[in-house]
Amino acid sequence: MEAVRDLALEQAGEHHARRISTITLRIGSLAGVEPDALRFAFDVVMAGTLGEGAALVIEDVQAHAFCDVCQQTFPAHDGVCECPDCGAISRDLVQGRELQLASLDLDCDDDPLQS
Amino acid sequence: MCIDCNCGVPTHAHTHAHTHLELGQDLLSRNDTQAAANRSRFKAAGVPVINLLSSPGSGKTALLERMARDWGASHRIAAVVGDLATDNDARRLQNAGLRAIQITTGQACHLEAGMVQKALATLESDGIDLAALDLLVIENVGNLVCPSAYDLGESLRVVMLSVTEGEDKPLKYPATFHAADVVVISKIDLSAAVGFERSQALRHIAQVAPRARVVEVSAKSGAGMGELLAVLGLPILSPL
Repeated sequence: MEAVRDLALEQAGEHHARRISTITLRIGSLAGVEPDALRFAFDVVMAGTLGEGAALVIEDVQAHAFCDVCQQTFPAHDGVCECPDCGAISRDLVQGRELQLASLDLDCDDDPLQS
Repeated sequence: MCIDCNCGVPTHAHTHAHTHLELGQDLLSRNDTQAAANRSRFKAAGVPVINLLSSPGSGKTALLERMARDWGASHRIAAVVGDLATDNDARRLQNAGLRAIQITTGQACHLEAGMVQKALATLESDGIDLAALDLLVIENVGNLVCPSAYDLGESLRVVMLSVTEGEDKPLKYPATFHAADVVVISKIDLSAAVGFERSQALRHIAQVAPRARVVEVSAKSGAGMGELLAVLGLPILSPL
């Protein structure tokens, strides 16, 4: 969570933001991170910074694997990489390990539309 | 309510702008940079490095003690050990004849690449040359959740589960098992006593750790240690 804060504050500083209104994270189901734990830590970590009071949005990315036999991608529910059609085990994880700061919404001092 | 900023003022002239930034930045980029530095250092020294992960009590330290006992005469092995508190494990390993450095993480439930970087400096100041080692084992904090997200620069990630933990443990912690190069099933001397269903466990490991090779060992009896040596890609050497 400190990494979220540091990256967000860095961007906020570069854009001369007054405050951060929304922080959006993208988290894969196999990233090894528990979204509930992040939500729990969020307010504490952001307190006293430009991100205090910001909304936290978490985009979940469901793990998907590619089956070599069926030549198709399938959702790997609970991380199980067994093709639902043919039962083959896939070694090819297509998505699901994402751990990213997806986007930020900032309130900035200078309104470019009015200047 | 102002539709632009939800600020509660019905209509007002904005004196501030709203900026939306699409970023897609990796949250652990700082750790990944440090891990890459560790990895090139290990590669330059020609030393294989294992990141060993398991629940607390699966037998990570016991396995290392067995490595020291069986391989210590022929291989130069060092260990970096992570725990929240105490240097008990490092002392256990030193007693077993390994060169061991303890990292106490305080409140952190996992090791990060930067902590390993510091431990390497300690190894060096203790006169241990990375290039002179045959194997470096990083024993991570006992935890099957958080350590999985942190690359330490290792060449092999080894995830261990003991037969006493149940055959479905891999299904409960898929993220950690997914990242495994090797899965070690430990305490196999207790299999019969706990009614361990081996085939079921192997099936569950294959489902969530599809890239991993599986080795079954007993640190107590030494069973499976030869196979582990081969799976880790270590040469069979004569005693030093």
